[in-house]
Amino acid sequence: MGLEAYIKDTGFLTTQVNAIIAWARKSSVWPMPMGISCCAIEMMAAGDPKYDIARFGSEVMRFTPRQCDLMIVAGTVTYKMAPVVRKIYDQMPEPKWVIAMGACTSSGGMYRSYSVVQGIDQFLPVDIYLAGCPPRPDNLLNALMKIQEKIGKTKASQFHNVPLQKEGINLPELNVIQKN
Amino acid sequence: MKQLEKETDPKILQALLASRNDYTVEDALENEMIINMGPQHPATHGVLRLLLRLDGERIIGCVPELGYLHRGYEKMAENMSYYEYIPHTDRLDYISPMANNVAWVLAVEKLAGIEAPKRAQYIRMMIAELARIASHLVAIGSFAMDVGALTVFLWTLREREKILDIWDILCGARFTNSYTRIGGVANDAQPEALAKAKWFIDQFEPYLAEVEQLLNTNRIFIERVDGVGAISKEDAIDLGFCGPNLRACGVEFDLRRNAPYLCYNEIDFNIPTYTEGDCLARYFLRIDECRESAKIVKQILDKIPQGPVHADMPKKVLPQKDEVYTKMEELIHDFMIVNFGINPPVGEIYHAIEGSKGELGFYLVSKGEGHPWKCKIRSPSFNNIQCLPKLVIGHLISDVVAIIGSIDPIMGEADK
Amino acid sequence: MDLKALIPQKLKEKFPSVEFELSDYKDELTVKFDKKYIVEVCAFLKSDPELEFKLCSDVTAIDWATRKNRFTVVYNIFSLKNNFRLRLKVPLSGIDESDCSIDSVTKVWQASNWQERETFDMYGIKFKNHPDLRRMYMPEEFEYHPLRKEFPLMGIPGSLPLLKK
Repeated sequence: MGLEAYIKDTGFLTTQVNAIIAWARKSSVWPMPMGISCCAIEMMAAGDPKYDIARFGSEVMRFTPRQCDLMIVAGTVTYKMAPVVRKIYDQMPEPKWVIAMGACTSSGGMYRSYSVVQGIDQFLPVDIYLAGCPPRPDNLLNALMKIQEKIGKTKASQFHNVPLQKEGINLPELNVIQKN
Repeated sequence: MKQLEKETDPKILQALLASRNDYTVEDALENEMIINMGPQHPATHGVLRLLLRLDGERIIGCVPELGYLHRGYEKMAENMSYYEYIPHTDRLDYISPMANNVAWVLAVEKLAGIEAPKRAQYIRMMIAELARIASHLVAIGSFAMDVGALTVFLWTLREREKILDIWDILCGARFTNSYTRIGGVANDAQPEALAKAKWFIDQFEPYLAEVEQLLNTNRIFIERVDGVGAISKEDAIDLGFCGPNLRACGVEFDLRRNAPYLCYNEIDFNIPTYTEGDCLARYFLRIDECRESAKIVKQILDKIPQGPVHADMPKKVLPQKDEVYTKMEELIHDFMIVNFGINPPVGEIYHAIEGSKGELGFYLVSKGEGHPWKCKIRSPSFNNIQCLPKLVIGHLISDVVAIIGSIDPIMGEADK
Repeated sequence: MDLKALIPQKLKEKFPSVEFELSDYKDELTVKFDKKYIVEVCAFLKSDPELEFKLCSDVTAIDWATRKNRFTVVYNIFSLKNNFRLRLKVPLSGIDESDCSIDSVTKVWQASNWQERETFDMYGIKFKNHPDLRRMYMPEEFEYHPLRKEFPLMGIPGSLPLLKK
């Protein structure tokens, strides 16, 4: 979200720059593992030597949201946990994507009870829904490949610096820093 | 400490400020602060929130907060039949899912008065012990990873994948497999599953020795965990510690010996105990328990008898699918059991097994209907986390991570 | 002497004025008595040198929706010395506030601290003299008690707030 966001989409050279930036973004997707319950174990298993996630460029599972671009919500989200998940999502910088892993995050799963949110798309924008309880690690790698395809089609100019519209949190405008 | 955040819950903060601290630090400056080790944290195993009151880096107060994964298990059990609840028990202690299935099914069989055949009991014992090995491998791996030894995690997960392959052949799912049924197991153990189990046990010992070689003489690891989080025997019993944590304090208490279930009194195994009660003792104990479980599985594979795997009680045990589709009696029984339930007699029981974290028990109250009137899950991780404030006070913040890793809580069963 | 005969005998010796109702179902002994004597009976069971019930496994409650005594608080204790498990049951009528409370046994077993908090959260039974009676699983602002029989499984809409997208 620096200088490349100001490229206008005209000309052969700028499309090549867009392609290179999209390729760089998709080959090193750093996931933010929001591991809450059983699906988190399958996410860990996707990182082990058998279903290596490192070959997709995603071994760097940083637990700090500031350095990640993909949030994998793995596990049942309850009403008590939902503000925490949303807060972490807001702390991630643009561009960011969300995978809803498993049945519990897609639609509440097998828990039709008083404390489980029936699907995280009630408070988060989701890009890919994974089916399974829990989905096999191969399934998670399939979802990761689909996200990589989606990222490969983006243009750099889509990700302008969008100021955050939340009261109480004032992020500094990046334009201000670049003017100096 | 004067500025309290608006979203911090005042009652829990009062509990933190009022919590007993026998530990005082002599310091001229006022250095106290309150830190939130929040539900999303790389080293709290799952969604556990800890409110810590610090003096510099020493901890003088700690209050854990649970409930971030409370899914309403006990309420759901009152609304579904005994058979329907088996997949839900998988997700309690989700690292060793087969053991929870075995615990639930044993409790229901005790209530209803059903006895599973011998071969089914041996198969259940084998999967429960494999689940214990899988759980301890993850516990050791993540404990070492939290303390800093990252390689051990990948090695133990590689071994665990082999166990998941065995379960995949046995019942079709590698994880959260609802394999046991009331009156037996879902299907007979295939010869290739048993052969793979035998192969796994035969090659397991050198890999465990590799892990020990990395950690046992590693000075950084030993200094990080030796003497940290020690608890005395009387405190441990009084506070409700259970499982490997209790055995590391010197109490020789294992439900497989003290209150045997399945066929454990026919198998020869030891109960390892250590006396120090600190993190290093708990780590050594888990490695020893992996070896004992491997010994048990080897004996089971030698002794397993041939025979049926379903009990012969047509009114209470679900018949096989191929019989349901071809014969009349089984069709009627299938219909009655699925729609009206197995209807155990009026009464209440409590049955516990020795899970990998401790005593996992189910307290079932039945009024004669197809669904339980009350189901209480006695989860070991809930009681283990209760001891956390006692273990943590007086140590540094980095020790909290090591202590949580050595207690090995699983929030799925602590929060139910 | 067999513990199943020893325990009622000792309890009757020590507490002659208390009425104990015993039952033995599927090899498990249950003792039922009035709620006034709970702390004394528990302290006796823990400290007696022959019995030594030092491990408190579980404290929970049962909601009999239609009986005269609506709640029953159940204590599940274990003796390591004798390898014996005992269940204590205390009926509460639960009609008004004063009947919905019982003395806490945290002075006897520290393990019952969180168990009683969980019972309070799920059933609304208050434990007197508990050091820290807060809700365990549900957030503090939640007004209902989920495991009571009148609370629906899907919850009451609006009782748990969810943030907007």
